[in-house]
Amino acid sequence: MSLTTNDPGGRSSAPSRFLWKVTKLLATLAMTFFGLLLVTFLIGRIVPVDPVLAVVGDRASQSVYDKAFIELGLDKPLYEQFWIYLQKVMTGDFGQSFLTKKDISEDILRVFPATVELATVGILIGTILGIPIGILAAVKQGKLADQMVRVLGLIGYSAPIFWLGLLALLVFYAKLGWVAGPGRIDIAYEYSVTQKTGLLLIDSAMQGQWDAFRNVFSHIILPASLLGYFSMAYISRMTRSFMLNELAQEYITTARVKGVPEWRIIWVHALRNAAVPLVTVVALSYAGLLEGSVLTETVFAWPGLGQYLTNSLQNADMNAVLGGTLVIGVIFVGLNLLSDVLYTLLDPRVRRRG
Amino acid sequence: MTDLLNVKNLRIAFPSRQGPVEVVRGVSFAMGRERLGIVGESGSGKSQTGRAILGLTPPPGKATADRLEFDGTDLRQATKAQWRDIRGERISMVMQDPKFSLNPVMTIGRQLTETYRTHRKATKAEAQERGLEMLNAVQIRDPERVMNAYPHELSGGMGQRAMIAMMLVTEPELLIADEPTSALDVTVQIEVLRILDRLVSERGMGLIFISHDLRLVSSFCDRVLVMYAGQVVEEVKATELTRAKHPYTKGLFNCLPKIEGGERPLPTLQRDEAWAL
Repeated sequence: MSLTTNDPGGRSSAPSRFLWKVTKLLATLAMTFFGLLLVTFLIGRIVPVDPVLAVVGDRASQSVYDKAFIELGLDKPLYEQFWIYLQKVMTGDFGQSFLTKKDISEDILRVFPATVELATVGILIGTILGIPIGILAAVKQGKLADQMVRVLGLIGYSAPIFWLGLLALLVFYAKLGWVAGPGRIDIAYEYSVTQKTGLLLIDSAMQGQWDAFRNVFSHIILPASLLGYFSMAYISRMTRSFMLNELAQEYITTARVKGVPEWRIIWVHALRNAAVPLVTVVALSYAGLLEGSVLTETVFAWPGLGQYLTNSLQNADMNAVLGGTLVIGVIFVGLNLLSDVLYTLLDPRVRRRG
Repeated sequence: MTDLLNVKNLRIAFPSRQGPVEVVRGVSFAMGRERLGIVGESGSGKSQTGRAILGLTPPPGKATADRLEFDGTDLRQATKAQWRDIRGERISMVMQDPKFSLNPVMTIGRQLTETYRTHRKATKAEAQERGLEMLNAVQIRDPERVMNAYPHELSGGMGQRAMIAMMLVTEPELLIADEPTSALDVTVQIEVLRILDRLVSERGMGLIFISHDLRLVSSFCDRVLVMYAGQVVEEVKATELTRAKHPYTKGLFNCLPKIEGGERPLPTLQRDEAWAL
């Protein structure tokens, strides 16, 4: 700490101001995670499921039950239980899953890459399609193209994804046979790809196993397209409204007066300004997909975070639920931070402010 | 000599629930390479007249005219290609408030060179050089810094100079200045006007100066159109403005405060329904 940190106002020197900002940020993060843990912990203790039963089974004798009850520390007051849990988390120990008998961190490292892979392909599809479609709708406001985009978005936004998923499986897998069925990869390839990153598309490509790559791709494309369609609906709607807002600004008239061609006005002048709020929209959509789309993962038997969490929750595996929730929290906070950073990069008006 | 710009019976209408509302109702004028002032209060249609000349009537508004000719080109029938050759190249417009009329996420340099490179085959370096020259011409002392600055980093006066530079970099034949100094501090107004004045005379271009400031227009222009409720109610030489005939113009003049022994309270304009007919 430098001497000037007790003057957080603005007269202090640049490095100390930076330090102050970082400190403030870290404090905010710590508070956020503390709150998140507290709330999840409390909910986990309040829900009417018995964690002891999850461990010993419902046919255990009373003495076995009592022993487990004490081993789990459930006889201690709630704040003490929380304190113990907090201390363990600080050292990176999330406890063990009752269900898989493995460390939570190990479990999460196993299931999370599946979700990351699905969410990433999904958000790529959603963004690459959603932004141009939204722009098209804004430029053709009120015309047929606009109406079509809006209907398409409305369907994507309101149709239940598990129904769309089943329908898609029926048509593209069962009837047409264009894509592979549920699961991440066929059993034939499952052990031929060594998992390094856990992202099967990248692993198989890096190992030059193109057959496996094709197989993985045909498995992921359907659920990812569905998630992509879902996020496209949202992204295109937001793009449309941001673009309409920008296209009505005075600087657009200035560009027209200058004789700038229309495509440049749309794709350079207006989009560059609309991109600022869009970053947040895309980042939050991505975060939403990363937290594991339970329904999609269930329909497609996708061994991801959403499925893992739901499963744990149904079996009162509280350590797993707490660990998973914390991961999701970290993702949300991380992506929010990232979008804030991008925001500053994209908008010069924010850049030099405090 | 043919006119640079010839407007006959220009009408601009916006649809509304009660049917179309005409904001400009039959404006006609012709001008050469001179300074034409258009004065009027807000809503009198002066700005819309300026925009219609560039074919930039904001939708869903519609502009119609019996004649709308720029240097022999019929602007009513102009194709996209013709507009490309006209907008920014032969007719430019200085907009009102640099706070809104400059793109906030592009540097001044990029916006300035963009005009030039849209109309001339020029390398980046050439355009950059031209831009710096232009910033010098609008009396910006450190053009290099301004080239790399974003609009929000400039003061209003600086922003408006950059705007003028951006619109004059292609040396257009006609400049429309739509309230170019209304958003600026009074002290800065004079400076910006002086710069505009000098550049327009040096380059011998036509100027349409749109303003609500009667005194400013009369000192700055050769001829003045006075607009009221979408119509031109009077056209006078700037020097003869004090001898204006229309009661609206007269009324406006009477409202100006006088230094020696003015009346208190200041007289206000007594409107006559008949003017708007």
